[in-house]
Amino acid sequence: MANMSLEKVKMREQDPIVRARNFDEVTLGYSAEEAVEEATRCLGCKNSPCVSGCPVGVKIPNFIQKLVSGDFSGAIDTINETNALPAVCGRVCPQESQCESKCVRGIKGEPVAIGRLERFAADWARENRKSAQAVAAKSNGIKVAVVGGGPAGLTCAGDLVSMGYDVTLFEAFHVAGGVLVYGIPEFRLPKAIVRHEIETLERRGMKIVTNFIVGRTMTIDEMFADGFKAVFVGSGAGLPRFMGIPGESLSGVYSANEFLTRINLMGAYRSETDTPLKKVKKVAVVGGGNVAMDAARCALRVGAEKVYIVYRRGMDEMPARVEEIHHAEQEGVEFKLLHNPVEILADERGAVRGAVLAEMELGEPDESGRRSPVDSGRRTEIELDCVIMALGTSPNPLIASTTDSLSTNRRGCLEVDDDLMTSRPGVFAGGDTVTGAATVILAMGAGKRAAEAMDRYIKSL
Amino acid sequence: MFRIAEKKDLAEGLTLMRVEAPNVARRAAAGQFIIFRVDDEGERVPLTIADANREKGLITIIFQQVGASTMKLGALNVGDCIRDFAGPLGRASELDDFKRVCVIGGGCGCAIAYPQAKYLHSRGAEVDIIAGFRTKELVFFEDEMKAVSSNYYLMTDDGSAGEHGLVTNKLTELIESGRQYDAVIAIGPVPMMKFVCLATKPHGIKTIVSLNPIMVDGTGMCGACRVTVGGKTRFACVDGPDFDGHEVDFDELIRRNVIYREEEAAARDHVCNLRKEAEHLG
Ligand SMILES: Cc1cc2nc3c(=O)[nH]c(=O)nc-3n(C[C@H](O)[C@H](O)[C@H](O)COP(=O)(O)OP(=O)(O)OC[C@H]3O[C@@H](n4cnc5c(N)ncnc54)[C@H](O)[C@@H]3O)c2cc1C
Ligand code: SF4
Ligand code: FES
Repeated sequence: MANMSLEKVKMREQDPIVRARNFDEVTLGYSAEEAVEEATRCLGCKNSPCVSGCPVGVKIPNFIQKLVSGDFSGAIDTINETNALPAVCGRVCPQESQCESKCVRGIKGEPVAIGRLERFAADWARENRKSAQAVAAKSNGIKVAVVGGGPAGLTCAGDLVSMGYDVTLFEAFHVAGGVLVYGIPEFRLPKAIVRHEIETLERRGMKIVTNFIVGRTMTIDEMFADGFKAVFVGSGAGLPRFMGIPGESLSGVYSANEFLTRINLMGAYRSETDTPLKKVKKVAVVGGGNVAMDAARCALRVGAEKVYIVYRRGMDEMPARVEEIHHAEQEGVEFKLLHNPVEILADERGAVRGAVLAEMELGEPDESGRRSPVDSGRRTEIELDCVIMALGTSPNPLIASTTDSLSTNRRGCLEVDDDLMTSRPGVFAGGDTVTGAATVILAMGAGKRAAEAMDRYIKSL
Repeated sequence: MFRIAEKKDLAEGLTLMRVEAPNVARRAAAGQFIIFRVDDEGERVPLTIADANREKGLITIIFQQVGASTMKLGALNVGDCIRDFAGPLGRASELDDFKRVCVIGGGCGCAIAYPQAKYLHSRGAEVDIIAGFRTKELVFFEDEMKAVSSNYYLMTDDGSAGEHGLVTNKLTELIESGRQYDAVIAIGPVPMMKFVCLATKPHGIKTIVSLNPIMVDGTGMCGACRVTVGGKTRFACVDGPDFDGHEVDFDELIRRNVIYREEEAAARDHVCNLRKEAEHLG
């Protein structure tokens, strides 16, 4: 008999006041008892609507049933059949708009906490199974290259290794992980978890070459000359946008990428590291997405006294996940909705001292279907010493500009066909570099599909 | 890991290293740079490639030991390894059109000016070099520079070596004496580059500067390196580091380069830190 509670088993969290000043993980995960209790809420629906909401088709009721019967090892094996990074996905996927939005239990009450259960199974395996199941796949000796070590590249590389290819992943930074290591903060996704997932892939035979900037260190054309039979490009969408308003080059104005990279990748919040970070007191983060929430919550954790989210539309239009907005509010981030900076003000030393904000009103819906903000003409001024621009990113043009006949669209994204092959035969692409900034799981789904298509392509040569 | 194959002290606090980095050496060209990280806790620091040996897979870097990272790097010896060494980054200098060039190096900037002069010289261009230093003890690369130029002018601020004066004094003197240049290439402290550009502008001489703003990734993803050129925001790490000096907003660059001045002295260092000389000149 299923557990008919209308609510998810609560997940323990660090107290908001305490956690707003540390980088430890905010949510603490389920214990085995809690996981089994939540798992019993699943009805094991025959048509499993939840699975249709999952971009990589995790067999959700199957793994949940294994949790119910206490077979945690079987649960993680079931998840791993389709998802190579479950500890990551269980933490950062927008389940509320994916699997959980389709869950039958959600019609009356809360859906099954699929994400938390996925996280539980993955964490259990990491703690209890160690490296037992990571055996190197047998190699067929055919060389393929993967560009970029984010979720798209890692997934594609992992699947290609399983198929027997000799896979080398090239990463521009000093570590692989992409946004998982430089963007998403430690308190949402501990870096040790990402490291563990990557090490597992390496033990299975994937080679990683860091400090390698494709397009500069070597071009894609040279990779083919070097014997690679196919190349997957998962280089993400790392190029930050600025507003183009006066004062944007002042000292104290950062892109969210810079602010987050200093903190997450370079560990600037730890005293042992050399990377500097300015002490900030009053911070405005401009934007309303997940990136803006992460930047705001990081600003609190590095000691800011006041952190604003400045967003030109209203709360309902915010693209960030509900959970992230909620966590940011709990921690004391103040939302200045319907405001948009028009100028950043300088002190006598050329550092930020404040900003002029335009008050906005909501007009007609625009092409995204959201009501578009219109300048009311009214202005307010706020005092600040730091402004962080979280306005979105687009793909870095480096690869497209250094590879022969690789076409891009108006937004600089690589164009691909149904098999995720670019205009250049043998070069495939997926993730943010094709879609523009999206999600971890969509990038993983693309990496997976591309691996299958690359296999077909190479066999057809 | 990247092994140090050779290490030499060039002048007080100024060190040359040849590093085994075959991936970087294969495509490195004059004007490009690398980013290194000494160890796991190190910051990412850009350094211009002073020379590259493709056959041996070696990259030469020259740096002044002033901040935490360059001091840590300078503490390593032949046989030791640098944790990370990525490149070549940035665009290669576009020098092929120039037949008569004046290359100006200020202090540690001479290390960056040298490969440019060498390249131009190897292509048969006529090269004048003006090298400026604060004082005699800091002078380096005198013979190397002479070997790749028609005329080599050494200037020191205190007159302890070469002629007494600033590089801009010499440049103005040469231009006014009728010397013709297709281009002037200026590399050094930001105020020096600014004043070189002010000196060449009235004569309409194309002036190329190599900028060294604060960087993090060096691949175009953070925007820390943004500079205003011709009224537009450009990222020095991907759009540069070379720019048309007459278009650069130097005052903004000077302000941005001192962002971390108040931070821990040890951690704010960057490229060959030219700040001391900049203060002196500016
Ligand atoms: C702050 C932040 C928070 C986010 N939060 C969430 C969230 O909660 N949930 C969610 O689902 N999504 C979130 N996202 C989005 C998600 O992280 C991305 O959609 C996803 O990481 C895209 O994966 P990718 O593999 O395409 O690219 P990336 O993760 O960007 O990886 C690309 C990799 O390629 C490397 N690279 C780039 N150019 C080159 C080159 N020329 N040569 C070699 N390597 C190169 C980069 O260094 C990088 O490592 C967030 C994004 C950010 C920035
Ligand atoms: S829809 Fe919900 S209840 Fe049904 S199988 Fe999926 S998770 Fe279980
Ligand atoms: S150093 Fe980050 S964009 Fe140039």
